[in-house]
Formats: sequence, structure tokens, C-alpha cells
Amino acid sequence: MIHWNSFSDFIAMGGYGFYVWGSFGVTALIMTIEPIMVARNRRITIARLKRQLRAESRTNSRADHRNNAE
Amino acid sequence: MKDRFNLYRFASPATFYPLAGALIPYFVAVSVVFGLAGLWLGMLVAPTDFQQGEGYRIIFIHVPASWMSMFIYLVMAFWAAIGLAFNTRLSGMMAQALAPTGALMAFLSLWTGALWGKPMWGAWWVWDARLTSELILLFLYIGYMALTAAIDDQRRADKAGGLLLLVGVVNIPIIYFSVKWWNTLHQGSSVNLAKSSMATTMLWGMLLMAMCFWMYSIAIAFMRVRTIMLERERHTDWVRAELADKIPGGEK
Repeated sequence: MIHWNSFSDFIAMGGYGFYVWGSFGVTALIMTIEPIMVARNRRITIARLKRQLRAESRTNSRADHRNNAE
Repeated sequence: MKDRFNLYRFASPATFYPLAGALIPYFVAVSVVFGLAGLWLGMLVAPTDFQQGEGYRIIFIHVPASWMSMFIYLVMAFWAAIGLAFNTRLSGMMAQALAPTGALMAFLSLWTGALWGKPMWGAWWVWDARLTSELILLFLYIGYMALTAAIDDQRRADKAGGLLLLVGVVNIPIIYFSVKWWNTLHQGSSVNLAKSSMATTMLWGMLLMAMCFWMYSIAIAFMRVRTIMLERERHTDWVRAELADKIPGGEK
């Protein structure tokens, strides 16, 4: 059922090894890096949005304090 | 009647956000299963091609990547049309989330095509109708991303980008039919409903890989659109609640 006689046959790809593995390698690389980049971007974005949210609520509560004191 | 399931509900970012988040693991799992099955059939079981030897095995990523590069563009154009017609918030976010993956698929299509063309035609690249129109598709993706990134006002960015997508959609039938309309070096379509030129294991390997790429694209677009939603809807109550729920530094 398996088409190949040996592992080295499989790697050689009948002389087309460079082209076949060059295609599969770059595809695998992109499909690994893309999710990592997207997840990293998500972490960074969430951290930034939370920072902004905290800064906003601080200024709001300071404003509340001032308004109450007056 | 009040509790009837309403599909339009998911057009709102607040309801689509958790739905997409819940679906991502399933799309990833299905993509991995299809990918392993496709690689097993294509790389281990499928016989040697009588004309192209083992070099034809590039088809198992070349065709799925090319199909996805065209299909993702059509989906983006669909969202652009919805966005321009009904002024919906979600459509611009969807198009934005799909664009990088579409561009990568177009790049992979060209890259694997070059690595296939060199041993079979003796050239990495030729200015042939199929290849040139696919290169234009890559430029359309890059153009869309650059254009929307250059406009600060998000709604205007979506409108301008949407217009570009709709104008560029004319390129898709040109890519698809280029091997019929012009005399090209590129071989004709491998999958034909009437009679396929491929062995059954080759055909199934390719279809499984196409499903793998499709599910991958959905998963990664959902991941991306969720971040875009938080960013664009940051002043709404649901995003504030979502951000407040998160443990510092935690990812969910």
C-alpha cells in the first residue's frame, strides 16, 4: 500500500526532492508562523487595550473626585 | 416566535465574537485531520505520475493554495459588497481578517508553482496568462491591505478597500479560465467533473488537502477577526466587560 521502498527513496522524490520539499517546507513554515504571529498580535493588542481602559477609568475617577470636592 | 433562532443575530460583533472563539478549536482539529489524511494519501500512497514522475506531488499544496487564494478573495468581495450596501460593521472586519491569509495563499501558489515550473518547463517564471493573473491577485491583496492601513478613519478605509475588492474581482474569472481562453504553458485543470485526468488516490489526496487549507483559513481568519473586533469595538460595553474578565497577561 505504501508507495515507497525506503525512506531515502521518499526523501529523494525520484530526483525532484529539492522542488517537492522546497514547496512543502515553505508551506509548513508559513502555516506555523502565521498562527504564532496572529496569537502574538492578539496578546499585544489585549494588553494595550487593557492599559488604555485602566488609564481611562483612572482619569474618570479623578474627575469624579474633583467634581465631588467642588 | 420571539425565541426563534435568528441567524442575523451573529452579524453583531458582540454575539459573533464568542461564537468564533468557540468554533476555532474545531476548525483547527478538522484541518489537522484532513491534512494528515491528505498527506498520507498524497505523499505515501498515491502512485508516480507517468509524465511528471514524483515531481507532480507539489500539486497537493499548489492546487489547494491556488483555490484558496481565489476563494478567499471572493469571500472578501462578498463582504465588501455587503458592507457597501448595508453599512454593516462586521463586513469590514471580516475582509480585514481574511486579507493576510489570502495574500499568503497567493504567495504559496506562486512559490510552489515556480518550484514546479522549473523542473517541468525549465523556467521558474514565465509571463503566461495564468501566472500573471495570479501575480495580479497577490498585488490586489497587498494593495487592499496597504490602502486600508493608510486611511485612519476606519469606515472610510473599509469603503475604499471594499471598492478596490469589488473592482478587482474581475481578475478571478480571468485566473480561472485563463488556461481555456489563452494558449498557455500552464496545464489545464486537473479536476474535471466529466472525467478526471488523475488517479483516484491523487484526486482524494488533493481534495483532502484542499479541505485542510480551507479549514485552516477559517480558523486563522476567526482568530484574526476576534482581535480586530476588540480593537474596533473598544469603546463598547461588551469589549470592556471582555477585557475586564481577562486575567492579566492570560490568553483566552
